[in-house]
Amino acid sequence: MNIFVCIKQVPDTETKITPNDDGSFIETNSIKWIMNPYDEFAVEQALLHKAAAGDSTVTVVRVGGVKDSEALRTAMAMGADEAILVEAEDNLDSYCTAKALKLAIEKSGKTPDLILTGKQAIDDDCLQVPQLLAQMLELPSVSVVVGFEANGNKLTLKREIEGGAIEVYEVDTPCVVACNKGLNSPRYASLPGIMKAKKKPLTQHSLADLGITDADRRVVYSDFQLPPEKPPGKKFEAMDEGQVDSVVKEVIGLLRNEAKVI
Amino acid sequence: MAKVLVFTETTGDSVKSVTLEILGKLAGHDIDVCAIGDIPAEGTKKLAEYGAANVHTLKGSGLDNYSPEGYANALQGFISSNGYDFVFAGSTSLGKDLFPRVAGMFDAGMVSEVTNFLFEGDNFSGTRPLFAGKCLAKVTVQGPKPHFVTVRPNALGLPDTPSAGAGNAADASVDPGTMRAIVKEIIKGASEKVDLTEANVIVSGGRAMKNAENFKILDELAETIGATVGASRAAVDSGYAPHAMQVGQTGKTVAPSLYIACGISGAIQHLAGMRTSKIIVAINTDPDAPIFTKADYGIVGDLFQVVPAMTKEFKALLG
Repeated sequence: MNIFVCIKQVPDTETKITPNDDGSFIETNSIKWIMNPYDEFAVEQALLHKAAAGDSTVTVVRVGGVKDSEALRTAMAMGADEAILVEAEDNLDSYCTAKALKLAIEKSGKTPDLILTGKQAIDDDCLQVPQLLAQMLELPSVSVVVGFEANGNKLTLKREIEGGAIEVYEVDTPCVVACNKGLNSPRYASLPGIMKAKKKPLTQHSLADLGITDADRRVVYSDFQLPPEKPPGKKFEAMDEGQVDSVVKEVIGLLRNEAKVI
Repeated sequence: MAKVLVFTETTGDSVKSVTLEILGKLAGHDIDVCAIGDIPAEGTKKLAEYGAANVHTLKGSGLDNYSPEGYANALQGFISSNGYDFVFAGSTSLGKDLFPRVAGMFDAGMVSEVTNFLFEGDNFSGTRPLFAGKCLAKVTVQGPKPHFVTVRPNALGLPDTPSAGAGNAADASVDPGTMRAIVKEIIKGASEKVDLTEANVIVSGGRAMKNAENFKILDELAETIGATVGASRAAVDSGYAPHAMQVGQTGKTVAPSLYIACGISGAIQHLAGMRTSKIIVAINTDPDAPIFTKADYGIVGDLFQVVPAMTKEFKALLG
């Protein structure tokens, strides 16, 4: 069985983000990159599925900058068998990313039986690539998946919707599954795993190799800027129980009369 | 004047409020609204009030439950036969899943979850937060039409004086095509309240809640002011609340008018999910907690005293 996992490398949550000089993107020189947290659930699910199904290959695919490209090695250290890297600028849009993933998967010569992704990347939070990729490959997809059961080629998937409700889907592979937190507990890469990962095959393509050009870009970003600073708020001391009632009265009064939200 | 379609979803006896926010912002354009399945009469009335010229209810077999492919095929057919320049939806659970697929069918571009937008003539440009809200950027779409846009609920707000449209209601029959991913069952969530991502008021608890049981004081406050209850990652990871309630970078992104953070320190990952809230109230015993730098009103105090006092005061006020 051919299992593909699409992953993205994103700035670490704690990293300071600064717009670059011309506002066309952010300053990427001093950023610490990590594997998109939701993609870890996708990698883990691929490994669990491989263990259950047997005789499978897990291929991780990533589209993005090649500097400090550790996310693919991390996925292979967790247990993925091989990797494909499509070199691209970090601010690629979802359409080009999905198209690059599609073409890279096709170029691998392996027909996908299952494609796993994170439900969203925490850098641009677009939530488009899984569904776009599915559409481009003419496959069904289920997103925000928190439950995954396989019986042969039949999958039962739980998709989290509003208010914590769950839609239970039945779908046959091949399909695209976009994973949410809570689906599983991603393993850590072991030391032997890290050593082995260094020898696992990594194929690299450029966007041009895949035939993707500037004409494919659909979404253009500009004017990156820091959000406006919020003026300092009002702070009230109520550590002493005797202060609580009067402070609460005052704050609620402000919510009604100053902020006008109640 | 662009020809625009707004996809809406119904809720209770009306339509989702985000649709009305979008309609308000689109005033001056030629606006149609569509939904899959019936729209309650109250909803159709509201849509007209906020500017819809035509309200289309799309009917096809097998569309009682959401189907990623069925809904996408239905919408694609409808859009193709009516020729829109732009198609909008709220960035809801369903909108987020459906729109990328429909955009893909047209090989068209889509902008996700804008917090504001404007038209200069027929040219759209949006604003959206990126990198956990640490940056804002301008975003435009190019390439084949229609262009697709989803909008974060509560971000635009409702217009003070909406300009009405004709609101002509009409059914249209649509073909859901082949549906391969099928919803077999819907398991209800713990909460029947408005989803966090669409809530206008949120009361959230952090690690200082100490246990799941204590969340009932937040439930009582929420009940009093019509709020939805959320939680920080620390509270979710400690098992005090389910992940569906998590606000933050690996949870929900919310933009309510009022966010009350109870015993939440304000880690970057939490701020990422709630920093676009209009008014933030923070309650924390630690006067140096980072949440206070984002709070409009900070109360340095014990949430177990402050929250019940708030509930009592609100009950007295709101009767």
